[in-house]
Amino acid sequence: MLGADELVINMGPQHPSTHGVLRVKLKLDGERVIGSECIIGYLHRGVEKIAENRTYQQFAPYVDRMDYVAAVSSGLGYCEAVEKLLVVEAPPRARVIRTILTELQRIASHLLWLGTHALDIGALTPLFYCFREREEILKIFEKYCGARLTTHAFRIGGLQYEAYDTFEKDVERFCKDFESRIVEYETLLTQNRIWIGRTKGVGILTAADAIAFGVTGPVLRASGVKWDIRKAAPYAAYDQYKFEIPVGTTGDTYDRYLVRMEEMRQSRLICLQAIENIPAGPIMAKVGKVLKPPPGEVYHAIEAPKGEIGYYIVSDGTVMPYRVHIRPPSFINLQAFDRMVRGHLVADVVAIIGTIDIVLGEVDR
Amino acid sequence: MADEPKEPKPPQVPTGDQPASAAPPVSPPAAKPVGAGAPAAPPKAAAPAAPRPPVVLQTPLNNEFVTRFRAKFGAALLEAIEDRKQAILTVDRAQLVEISLHLRDEEKFDMLADLTAVDWPKREKRFDVVLDLYSFPKNERLRVKVHAADGEAVPSVVSVWPAANWQEREVFDMFGIAFSGHPDLKRILLPDEWQGYPLRKDYDILQQDTAWVRENLGIESGQ
Repeated sequence: MLGADELVINMGPQHPSTHGVLRVKLKLDGERVIGSECIIGYLHRGVEKIAENRTYQQFAPYVDRMDYVAAVSSGLGYCEAVEKLLVVEAPPRARVIRTILTELQRIASHLLWLGTHALDIGALTPLFYCFREREEILKIFEKYCGARLTTHAFRIGGLQYEAYDTFEKDVERFCKDFESRIVEYETLLTQNRIWIGRTKGVGILTAADAIAFGVTGPVLRASGVKWDIRKAAPYAAYDQYKFEIPVGTTGDTYDRYLVRMEEMRQSRLICLQAIENIPAGPIMAKVGKVLKPPPGEVYHAIEAPKGEIGYYIVSDGTVMPYRVHIRPPSFINLQAFDRMVRGHLVADVVAIIGTIDIVLGEVDR
Repeated sequence: MADEPKEPKPPQVPTGDQPASAAPPVSPPAAKPVGAGAPAAPPKAAAPAAPRPPVVLQTPLNNEFVTRFRAKFGAALLEAIEDRKQAILTVDRAQLVEISLHLRDEEKFDMLADLTAVDWPKREKRFDVVLDLYSFPKNERLRVKVHAADGEAVPSVVSVWPAANWQEREVFDMFGIAFSGHPDLKRILLPDEWQGYPLRKDYDILQQDTAWVRENLGIESGQ
């Protein structure tokens, strides 16, 4: 039902600022958004059905193809979930290397977010800066496992590959350089009046709303909820390192920007602590070639760059999972979009899509 | 997680009976069970009597919380077990909304982390609808399950946790389970006109809605 001044427009699925194939139906009153509906599924590949027809190991590479800009994190969640199902634990050395790679992935994912988010809002320069550093991280991934994006870096039970000879040195060099690089990005944006104008007070999400919508990750923390699975239920080797959880106060787009910037700093600190002392020892637990987890079920969640990625896996004792359900952070966080966008201008829609940090491969699975 | 990477390799648990519901129904006695890795697993040696498989991962759950819960809801609690240190309650479908409200307000499970379903076609009530809850104040997780037969609607919990909205739509989309009281129950990932529910066990991985594909994509098959 439309009033005389109301208009419905489609944004996407081919719109460049929708970060893939998100289609948003906007109901407008002039320039102002009075309602919205996200239409998703354009990239649906039936990952959960595929899982039921593959063995546990065979399915591992598929999870990389959900959030393809943070494949290492998705892979860690899956491997740990199956390990929990098998009641095995990866050896300490594997856990530390996993932590380092996952934190590097967090930085890479946030850099991609920062570059494209700034680009959407009209700041072209940060993209080039961000991709410069992201490239260094991808080079480390490539040296480690041969792949840059869909890495399949981890295996159920540990790691397939030892850290290469100059691994620590590479990570250290990156972390040393990165300290001043964050300052460069901040010089471009943090005090920039246009940036502040476009992000402050835009897309406010209160803490109560964030929790009600199940929002997690930096979006939740920017709303002032100090919650991070790395602290709440430490996995990998996070219990050994000191780091802070940055939180915002108002829950607007600017706060989410600040939270993610600080998270990159904290990830850098975690990497520096971790490379100092990588324990010696095996990198693979004894898990045998054929995995038949005892019947039962697990839900295991980790803190991916975008929020809580959870795997609910049911085993019937055979080599293939009976059911795998993935709780993708992008999908759940996107639900809050309507709440954030109402009352804003069309131009802000682009900023709000960017600030949630979605990857459609993960939304649609 | 478990404290020990112990893995009895060859003797895997017999693959027979229905996994999720394998544990015995709630029974008062058993003290506090230690899940997961704890039973330093004498894999084949000391299995007493017969019924239990060598590695016991599912044990009845009987802590203070369950006692409180049972006092309040009594017969609506069908089963409480612990599987690998995770608390799992199976409750009566009809009372799901009341139970959800209670869990959110009294027990402080303020976030619905995940909502999904599992299909067990051989069972009388073939579907499990599974809710994973998280409590920020307590830093605890809880899994709540209800059973539903094909065609039976499950009460929607969107009014309790708005996060359930898209997740219930996804379950409807993939399993064809209807949620009564859902504000906008329609398919979410598949096209609206699609026929069939892909995550049901009787839907083959190569199966598709060929009529839809032919009509909308102009090709014979998407394979």
